[in-house]
Amino acid sequence: MSEYFDEMFTGKGTLRGPYEEIGRWFNAEDASRLRAKQREAEEVFRLTGITFNVYGKAEAEERLIPFDIVPRVISGREWQRLERGIEQRVRAINAFLYDIYHRQEIVRAGRVPAEMIASNEAFLPQMLGVAPPGQVYTHIVGIDLVRTGPDEFFVLEDNARTPSGVSYMLENRETMLKMFPELFSATNVRNVSDYPRNLRRSLAACAPACAEGEPTVAVLTPGIYNSAYYEHAFLADQMAVELVEGHDLRVVDGRVCMRTTRGYKPIDVLYRRVDDDFLDPLNFDPSSALGVPGIMDVYRAGGITIANAPGTGIADDKAIYSYMPEIVEFYTGEKPLLQNVPTWRCSDPDSLAYVLDNLSDLVVKEVHGSGGYGMLIGPTASKKEIAAFRAKLKARPGNYIAQPTLSLSTVPIFARSGLAPRHVDLRPFVLVSPEGVKITPGGLTRVALKKGSLVVNSSQGGGTKDTWVLED
Amino acid sequence: MLGKTAGGLFWMARYLERAENSARLLETGQRMALTRTHNSVEEWASVLKTTGVLDGYLSKYNEVTKDNAIDWVLRDMENTSSIRSVIKQARDNARLVRTALTHDVWSAVNATWMRVDATMKRRVSERDLPGVLEMIRHQAALVRGANLGTMLRNDMFDFTRIGTFVERADNTGRILDVKYYVLLPTAFSVGSSLDNIQWESILRSVGAGGGYRITHGQKTTPSDIAQFLILDQRMPRSLHFCCRKIQENLAYLKKDYGFAGSSCEASNTLFDTYLDRSIANIFEAGLHEYIEDFLRDLNQLSRQIEIDYRFYE
Repeated sequence: MSEYFDEMFTGKGTLRGPYEEIGRWFNAEDASRLRAKQREAEEVFRLTGITFNVYGKAEAEERLIPFDIVPRVISGREWQRLERGIEQRVRAINAFLYDIYHRQEIVRAGRVPAEMIASNEAFLPQMLGVAPPGQVYTHIVGIDLVRTGPDEFFVLEDNARTPSGVSYMLENRETMLKMFPELFSATNVRNVSDYPRNLRRSLAACAPACAEGEPTVAVLTPGIYNSAYYEHAFLADQMAVELVEGHDLRVVDGRVCMRTTRGYKPIDVLYRRVDDDFLDPLNFDPSSALGVPGIMDVYRAGGITIANAPGTGIADDKAIYSYMPEIVEFYTGEKPLLQNVPTWRCSDPDSLAYVLDNLSDLVVKEVHGSGGYGMLIGPTASKKEIAAFRAKLKARPGNYIAQPTLSLSTVPIFARSGLAPRHVDLRPFVLVSPEGVKITPGGLTRVALKKGSLVVNSSQGGGTKDTWVLED
Repeated sequence: MLGKTAGGLFWMARYLERAENSARLLETGQRMALTRTHNSVEEWASVLKTTGVLDGYLSKYNEVTKDNAIDWVLRDMENTSSIRSVIKQARDNARLVRTALTHDVWSAVNATWMRVDATMKRRVSERDLPGVLEMIRHQAALVRGANLGTMLRNDMFDFTRIGTFVERADNTGRILDVKYYVLLPTAFSVGSSLDNIQWESILRSVGAGGGYRITHGQKTTPSDIAQFLILDQRMPRSLHFCCRKIQENLAYLKKDYGFAGSSCEASNTLFDTYLDRSIANIFEAGLHEYIEDFLRDLNQLSRQIEIDYRFYE
């Protein structure tokens, strides 16, 4: 068939194990009914307001992320392996963060160069010596995984700041349950719907010592024009906590308080969906209107838990990423269970030379970029784009890393012509608290809807699928 | 509940109510203009005045014409009080307070915005206007139904109710403010055909034609109309009815919160001052002054509510 691993079919028409039920179901279905269902799904999303705003577009523009009705299926055995690898990685990340903001043993041991930390934009000196409640830094992590073969999974990115997309995991499942209940009767799909309850519990378990009784949790959003506002409102609603903006908050008597109809009320745990820079105009970007003046001082004094902790970006930085195998080994004493994608750090002259010679085969990414912006995909780029990127690389090599173009696995989508393979990735969501690491069986599958495209980002024309983890 | 959320609920309800009222005024305006017994331009000017957008209109257009007046009130986004603008603002507020709304209320508001916006991409022709206005009233009814049928009767609900009735009282007051002269007793015009049309239009613009007939029968007199719009206890758009509801809902908040801001007392004063009297007494004191004073005090009350419950910083 093709050079890519397809997760549904092994050859022409032969279904892989986990997809047997779906294949049977699909063959028995009438295509026009499915098409009607697809439209119905989009109408549900639109009415519910499950939209995202595109940066740089008119503020009123809200778009739907296209939803594909063919689920992406992972067997129980495959999931178990992933789960172990993810937990190992997330524990290592938290240990790394604690170390980086305390004794920096890993630097002393010479495993990560000092300048990688000190000169890194994501490193927050304000966090030095601060011990967050429960020593948890990354309360919520979204590990991006890609697959290249039956047993080959790679970690593409560790989203340790404020990973988004979990509302799609939940809404996609709700939509599928509503549209195809019969499909769920025939299979044994693990439940994802308890994520909001687990999230609240996990956050509450990280409350600071000063919290009295049931901890007060709130979600901090930049506001209704933020691209992920829907998700912020969704999570606050599902957790039954307040959704606050910076101007709802102020510091009163050493606590961060929200303005309620009955006066100011202290918050114990703030699940913030605002970037570090904007969190506190007194401590970071002074022009920020999104944050709370003085919140960092309250935080350092133990008056509030901020989730994720400020400064976690140092752990998912793309330059640090290349050190993840060493980091995992250093803190867990074990070999990493999940593979890293081989990465050239362009700050290194030899690597830079190699990258410049092989631009048309590589993916080059900005160290601090996200959302698929500012990257070059060599194999599909034009000569002009490559030339432009070459100049950028030479000007600021330290700003880039390069990786081989991975043969991402495919899962079929329901296209006009019927089932058609498209490249996918997977973002499982991980909760960390002193009670343990909890991984929801499922996640967000993003799919590049354009034939042959390897970019799955929703801002670049990607769609989503419901992700099934089967009970074996 | 957050002060901001209370404010969002209050304004969401106000904007939805405003959209519905403007739709009704446009309906009445179109109907009046079609009767050809009087100057239709004057009628459109009075619609612009009642919705409080005449000044804005005149800064864009030199003269009042039917088509431009309809477009300005209905769909011009430069007019922050156009139906399309206020539905957008209602929807933005609903989005802001999404966590305080039930799924049914949110999706009804969201669908309302989507339908209204889609319908108003282009100018609405005279032929299509009745259908569009009916759609707006239907959508408003849908949101109200979802609100009444699915929202918990707690402080969140109270704030939507207070917003609804403040806006409604304001609207009924404005109609009376613009049309008061039609209701003034004069020596000669006792039920001329023109008077009848004018009176009918006042009742129509608050959707009260049927209710009036049930209460007062076929006989239409200015005094009965004024009584109906101001003092009737059962007419859901009368000043009496609206102010009672505001009072009640502020009292629920007082009970719920264990404290009351000065708005609670102000709502009692508003009621006692303006509604605990007879229609003869109101006419004696001067209908126009009465309405002007009422609108001023209502506005004052609304501001006090915003302060008492910390809508803003």
